[in-house]
Amino acid sequence: MSTTTPRRERANQRANTPGTPGAQPGHTASGRHSQRWLAWIFLAPTILGMGLFTLVPIVASVVLAFFRWDIISAPTFVGFDNFAEVVQDPTVRVSFLNTIVFVIVAVSLQLGLALALAVMVQEKMPAWLRAFFRSAFFFPLILSAASVSIFMRYLFNEQFGVVNWFLSLAGIPAVPWLTTPGGSAAVVILVYVWQNFGFSFLLFIGGLASIPAETYEAASLDGATGWRKHVYVTLPLLSPTTLLASVMAIISALQVFDQPYVLTRGGPGDSTRTAVMVIFESAFQRLEFGQASAIGVILTLIIMAITAAQFRLSKRFVFYQ
Amino acid sequence: MSITTERVSTGTAPAVPARPRRKLNWNLVLRIVLLMIAAVLTLGPVMWTLSTSLRSPSESFMLPPSFFPWNPDFTSYAQVFQQLDIVLLVLNSALVTGLIAVGQMITAAMAGYAFANLKFRGRGALFSIVLATMMVPVQVTIVPVFMLIRGMGLSDTLLALILPAIPTAFGTFLMRQYFLGLPADLAEAASIDGATPWRTFRSVYAPLAVPGMAIVGILAFNFHWNEFFRPLIMTISEQNFTLPLGLVSLQGNLGTGSISVVLAGVVLSMIPALVVFIFGQRALQDGLTAGSGK
Repeated sequence: MSTTTPRRERANQRANTPGTPGAQPGHTASGRHSQRWLAWIFLAPTILGMGLFTLVPIVASVVLAFFRWDIISAPTFVGFDNFAEVVQDPTVRVSFLNTIVFVIVAVSLQLGLALALAVMVQEKMPAWLRAFFRSAFFFPLILSAASVSIFMRYLFNEQFGVVNWFLSLAGIPAVPWLTTPGGSAAVVILVYVWQNFGFSFLLFIGGLASIPAETYEAASLDGATGWRKHVYVTLPLLSPTTLLASVMAIISALQVFDQPYVLTRGGPGDSTRTAVMVIFESAFQRLEFGQASAIGVILTLIIMAITAAQFRLSKRFVFYQ
Repeated sequence: MSITTERVSTGTAPAVPARPRRKLNWNLVLRIVLLMIAAVLTLGPVMWTLSTSLRSPSESFMLPPSFFPWNPDFTSYAQVFQQLDIVLLVLNSALVTGLIAVGQMITAAMAGYAFANLKFRGRGALFSIVLATMMVPVQVTIVPVFMLIRGMGLSDTLLALILPAIPTAFGTFLMRQYFLGLPADLAEAASIDGATPWRTFRSVYAPLAVPGMAIVGILAFNFHWNEFFRPLIMTISEQNFTLPLGLVSLQGNLGTGSISVVLAGVVLSMIPALVVFIFGQRALQDGLTAGSGK
């Protein structure tokens, strides 16, 4: 990559300069004409693919939510029945509640941990050590959630798991991690945060690097030290990054599936069943495609509402330089 | 953008590791200790996985756990090959991931170039639509996509995994940013020389776009190599399974007796991800955080 960095650096500077127009080849009339043709040819695969595999399915999903259909017999229109059934279904309600609790706990842990570690790594750290920590925290992101959940299941085993062995060293009796509702929920959260905090960490590192050093100098001239410096300088200046990191973390946590599916299959009981798991089960195990679509539509509406609310709130709390 | 800011901060780095002459900086020591604990907790489970996979199946439960494989025993690896058609799984995963990555690199470069460098009506609106599709969760579209795939007669084939994954909003966005960053003079020079827009793309811009396309490819590889949800739904017969599915089935079919075999499979599945990590770490980090800059 080293040979390409100067070009890419220039590229990024250009991209960041407002008002720099993109290259616009072809000033002649015929050039403009062939440009338009080339544009549509170049866009065709992406636009057709997205239309076919994203836009049409969105519309189809909404329409399907008003039908009862098991693929085998013809679909019948049932109005809002699917929504009514879904809202009254205790399993669906529990799974949505689980998802909300999961999002709140996992995202706060993930962001808190990432922010604390990013601040610690950023201050007066030898460059090689910083590079080491960056790689270490980034590492879990490259693994598949399925493999991670497989080995974490062994680590959290009640009898021979390493986690309980370490706890026993501290005199703590064996915790039934995967066989109790609370324990499984805790494991799903821990495993998810373990794998994903590195992403928020990277975003915070980028955000911290963009805070000019002079701001801190000015603050320390005004007598701000240590903790106060972070509360009054770092946090406000970091708020755009925090907004972005929280939006992305919440959207991805709302869609959690792999970890609870492999770790617990949603159990014990319904204790780790998530919204996406219920979509999967009702569509591909019970063949209730209409109900699955209804759950999907509700989940999408929740995601959209939360995202909109975050951006609205951010107008009051996010401080832009 | 993260690349530039990072470079600025490392540019001032020589001033940073000022050796403490007067007294030890306890604050720094405490921070490094805390960060080290976090790093051990992050890498520890992976180390344990590796070391346990290198123990004989009968020793795999042993406590205290060992984190260093002093006497590696490769029988578990041999058993993975006996109990699981791992060659087929790797081939399936490689085929699916490779074709998605190449497909994304080509289509994203084309679309990104169109959005950045070519003028046509509706460019802004179309780009907004492309960006908006990034917000749609896979789970919401999965039922209609599954039916569409069935309707196309592709259910339970690898194409069912490949085709829907090729159009990429994020890749298109990345490539557009990349092309916007290339100097505009290049296009002017080419058009003065009488090059057609196609010629300008093929001879001038496409060769310059290779590093950007590499980021798109590496991101696609990492994501789809690890993908579990779509393969779980789209494939039924074991001959079409990808690695993550195969591993989960290996864990399910066997008792708790052969942890080391399951973990050997997990380690084998991590090797390609590890190679990408070693060679493409920078590109991956830049790609993931692209667009987060102000």
